[in-house]
Amino acid sequence: MSRQFTPKVVTANALLEGDVVYLTNADTWTRKLSDAALITDEADADLRLLQAEAQTGVVVGAYLAEMSDGPNGLEPTHFREAFRRKGPSNYRHGKQEQI
Amino acid sequence: MYAYNAFDTSFLASRNAQFRAQVERRIAGHLTEDEFKPLRLMNGVYLQLHAYMLRVAIPYGTLNGGQMNMLARLADTYDKGYGHFTTRQNIQYNWPELRDIPDMLDELGTVEMHAIQTSGNTIRNVTADHFAGAAADEIADPRPVAELIRQWSTDHPEFQFLPRKFKVAVTGSMSDRAVTRAHDIGLRMVERDGVAGFEVIVGGGLGRTPMLGKVIAEFLPREDLLPYLEAIVSVYNLLGRRDNKYKARIKITVHENGLDKIRDLVNERFIAIKARFSGIDQEQFKVIEASFAPPAFIAADTHAYDTTYKSSPVFRGWADTNLHAHKADGYSIVTVSLKAHGATPGDATSAQMRVLADLAQRFGHDELRISHEQNVILPYVHKSHLPELHGILKKHGLATANIGLISDIIACPGMDYCALATARSIPIAQQIATRFDDLKLEHEIGELKIKISGCINACGHHHVAHIGILGLDRAGVESYQITLGGDHTETAAIGERAGPGFSADDIIPAIERLVEAYLAIRSSGEEAFIQTFRRLGMAPFKAALYPEKEQADAA
Repeated sequence: MSRQFTPKVVTANALLEGDVVYLTNADTWTRKLSDAALITDEADADLRLLQAEAQTGVVVGAYLAEMSDGPNGLEPTHFREAFRRKGPSNYRHGKQEQI
Repeated sequence: MYAYNAFDTSFLASRNAQFRAQVERRIAGHLTEDEFKPLRLMNGVYLQLHAYMLRVAIPYGTLNGGQMNMLARLADTYDKGYGHFTTRQNIQYNWPELRDIPDMLDELGTVEMHAIQTSGNTIRNVTADHFAGAAADEIADPRPVAELIRQWSTDHPEFQFLPRKFKVAVTGSMSDRAVTRAHDIGLRMVERDGVAGFEVIVGGGLGRTPMLGKVIAEFLPREDLLPYLEAIVSVYNLLGRRDNKYKARIKITVHENGLDKIRDLVNERFIAIKARFSGIDQEQFKVIEASFAPPAFIAADTHAYDTTYKSSPVFRGWADTNLHAHKADGYSIVTVSLKAHGATPGDATSAQMRVLADLAQRFGHDELRISHEQNVILPYVHKSHLPELHGILKKHGLATANIGLISDIIACPGMDYCALATARSIPIAQQIATRFDDLKLEHEIGELKIKISGCINACGHHHVAHIGILGLDRAGVESYQITLGGDHTETAAIGERAGPGFSADDIIPAIERLVEAYLAIRSSGEEAFIQTFRRLGMAPFKAALYPEKEQADAA
């Protein structure tokens, strides 16, 4: 039996700035995880990843990252994605600067 | 120091122009990321977790005040006001934008610096003893040799696509401060019957499969160096495995083929290559060597130093840990700690870089060094200047008296920045340093090397630490594995794994138990941690790390 598909977002880094970006429902890129599209269907996820990867003039290194949909919106299930959402822990740099 | 000639300057300018065009083509969409990636890596540009990163080479760790000022300028203009000095004597900028990087490289070019071959499967920045040219125990300054290797390896047409990256370190002293046995090639300058040469070590490396290098040539005459290096790298280039990234380093090539076979192949290749060397390398070496002539040392009394040393406990504490013996009378080697308790190991703000540049220009014959232990060295300071210098360092958070102590921790950037990391390193280093500073135990503990890597690739040199910490991802949780008994010096050793890993919350108490155990069982205050470990082995330390298991076994 194949493993059940867990919800994911498409994420990448912006080509020019290198910022962490997420794909939205409107197929645009956002800096905010809260605006990202949570994809619950595996075939849909694969297709949207392919489309994202094709946007080589906008983003770099697109991949699917697992998220859970909690009471406060999307939450990374793995600490690596939590750091990507926030920024480094030694300085208030990166995304946490804007919060 | 070596100064660029017309060839160097024009080479660098054309290389920078070439990369600028590549960046423009990438942004315009004419190059895909797959096409662009190897090109950016050749020029030191990585993509990390939150941003791009530019890694700038500081060849053999040597730079002058003007160059340090430029590093500060880049930090302010293109980054967030700081830079991170690495275990390979490079500096990394964590936040540049892709469009700005060609400008950064052009600015670096104005002070004869670059980022060439700081990444990719090429011969990387050649590292050397950070006390080179100054150490009392030195046979010869290794930097002319390192510069010769830099020139030979830069853009070497045969070695741009090696099976894997290739690192060379050189030391000119019996005390190995360059970790030569953990490099693809380690060179130790030696003398035989009054003739200068090298002991050549091959196949060392840390990472997934840590190995200490093996001696491939006990004595190589100095003039044979480049043909011999070329022979080694070309044998590796053919024999090294390209089928498996994890088996592609020369340490595996040597391990799988055996040292004797590699030596035979190298010797055979050497004869052919040597015949093609016209001698121009030796002429160039003479030019390089002349440029590394020692500075004009001053003769002065050390009265100011002697009286301050007697009267000021703070100065004395700093002098006792941060100064090393110099070959010139009345001089000291000053190590400036970039490990203030609670700070990020190896980070310096642009303001601190400018202070260091200024101190080098005023008191240090305009020279600075970056150590693989992520500190900054002022290699030539007359003792009479030390009290004033210490006062200025203090004002800028640079007078931490902890060199060689428990808070002088090597830490890679870890998962706070690095895309390869499996766990964070920096917060662990910060917490250990802060904890032992709170306990005021640091000086009581004495010499102790803690080194932290945030993944198996071991940029934080954890294998050769007295206490090594390796951060891993265990089922989605950061987990820290401890190794004990490693040694990065001329008595190099790979540390031994102590047992199961600890969570991020449990690792600091575990280190504390380890250190308490050491303090309780050391034969005297003179016996360093590593000596106690060698005398008593793993058992007492394991008992301290895993008390529950001890109790369970006893029951």
